[in-house]
Amino acid sequence: MSEMQDYKSSLSDSGSRKFETFSYLPPMDPAKIRRQVEYIVSRGWNPAVEHTEPENAFDHYWYMWKLPMFGETDVDAILAEAEACHKAHPHNHVRLVGYDNFKQSQGAAMVIYRGPSV
Amino acid sequence: MAVKTYNAGVKEYRETYWDPNYTPADTDLLAVFKITAQPGVAREEAAAAVAAESSTGTWTTVWTDLLTDLDYYKGRAYRIEDVPGQDEQFYAFIAYPIDLFEEGSVVNVFTSLVGNVFGFKAVRGLRLEDIRFPIAYVMTCGGPPNGIQVERDVMNKYGRPLLGCTIKPKLGLSAKNYGRAVYECLRGGLDFTKDDENVNSQPFMRWRQRFDFVMEAIEKAEAETGERKGHYLNVTAPTPEEMYKRAEYAKEIGAPIIMHDFITGGFCANTGLANWCRENGMLLHIHRAMHAVMDRNPNHGIHFRVFTKLLRLSGGDHLHTGTVVGKLEGDRQATLGWIDLLRERTIKEDRSRGIFFDQEWGSMPGVFAVASGGIHVWHMPALLAIFGDDAVFQFGGGTLGHPWGNAAGASANRVALEACVEARNEGRQLEKEGREILTEAAKSSPELKAAMETWKEIKFEFDTVDKLDVAHR
Repeated sequence: MSEMQDYKSSLSDSGSRKFETFSYLPPMDPAKIRRQVEYIVSRGWNPAVEHTEPENAFDHYWYMWKLPMFGETDVDAILAEAEACHKAHPHNHVRLVGYDNFKQSQGAAMVIYRGPSV
Repeated sequence: MAVKTYNAGVKEYRETYWDPNYTPADTDLLAVFKITAQPGVAREEAAAAVAAESSTGTWTTVWTDLLTDLDYYKGRAYRIEDVPGQDEQFYAFIAYPIDLFEEGSVVNVFTSLVGNVFGFKAVRGLRLEDIRFPIAYVMTCGGPPNGIQVERDVMNKYGRPLLGCTIKPKLGLSAKNYGRAVYECLRGGLDFTKDDENVNSQPFMRWRQRFDFVMEAIEKAEAETGERKGHYLNVTAPTPEEMYKRAEYAKEIGAPIIMHDFITGGFCANTGLANWCRENGMLLHIHRAMHAVMDRNPNHGIHFRVFTKLLRLSGGDHLHTGTVVGKLEGDRQATLGWIDLLRERTIKEDRSRGIFFDQEWGSMPGVFAVASGGIHVWHMPALLAIFGDDAVFQFGGGTLGHPWGNAAGASANRVALEACVEARNEGRQLEKEGREILTEAAKSSPELKAAMETWKEIKFEFDTVDKLDVAHR
């Protein structure tokens, strides 16, 4: 049995802040992100990119990067938009969303570029 | 063919209540009962008796029968089917006109359908297997106060099931120590914690102190993790007045969700509380304590799928459904059937899942299925495969029993869940590759590694008592 460890998390340690789904896993490499984009496309969801300053990450509304890419199924095009958003806002969190218009919800939402924690 | 003259005395039920040529109307409420008749009682007579006793009939003819259009108001047994593998039993299908039931009242529906008839001597055993609620009746009910889609938006949880934990020990903690256990779970990565069903307002921990300490725990965990959190504050109380008082206070301190024991608390209280939650923007978690008294015996009582429909009509945003894989009863196919009944808009008849009727819910929101009881990280791949995303997985012992404490236990569960969701999205077979998926994830999570070492060998493989009826000869 592994030796007991302290659970490292605190208000003063900005590294404790999470960003919902997949934020308890190590950051995904490009190949893994690509597979998640493929999943969004395969479900017929509408991909979208949004971003925020890390200090405002708790808000429901982040900034939309352009409009959701309705009907876009080209994985490279989707990844290129996410990267363009990241380049324009290098200090922000960038989130990839898959809008499920039948459920009127988001079928997927994940931060794929993590800004500096605050 | 109404009776024109009054003849006192006892008639055979089948003369009035057995009608094999009847075609059910779209507005009829349909029910199927599994009947074990007394020896010597014909199937048609037993079915007709059940139809009579659960609608307009009594044991003898009365003169006031002639003052009404009994032919319209009566329930009718319209079909009989063999129960696969059971020679002594049969299914009786009964149609009830919609006028027999007060609008928006599951209380009234159940007082008729499972009232006196269950003590009726002519049947040895009687089980209500399923009900088709006509859409016309569904639309008179309030239903879930918020529903799955609203809850996801309010709590900001997308693309995965939610994670919860029931605080243990069930009874005896002080309010402050209880809040500590909540805080540790939430900061470790759970979305929700939960009062146990029998935590109400006992002398060792009155509800007001519990609510206050728990709310501080939620707020601190939210600030620390940057994620939205909640705790199901159980407002089940001895009286409706007291229940509403607790609900109002939960709202006043900013709690996002409360809970209710809908069977012990009662369907009247539950429907009222669901209406209150809708008016006040509060999420409502529903526990099903006492259900097994009525739904476990395959020969007598009420099948759980009927309770799921009842709850969706009465109102709740979460309902415990069993886990299939944990310590509590629940056959896999039957469970898949009733979680569909909770979550989907249209459910087709599917006998392989125990569903006897098409059921249309119209615009009624869906309910999160809650899998809770005897589950731990090793169950995660199977849970995700069975339940999909619109579910809450609640690990009580499987969080609090972690050798390093609640926060580590919570983190282990969160990492395991996210690893399984990631793998599923990549097209991997969860139940086949579960071990590899978790082992890989544990490389970057010492908390998960320790959890996997702690619970590796635990299994619950008792046979299910209440199985679906299938031919076994």
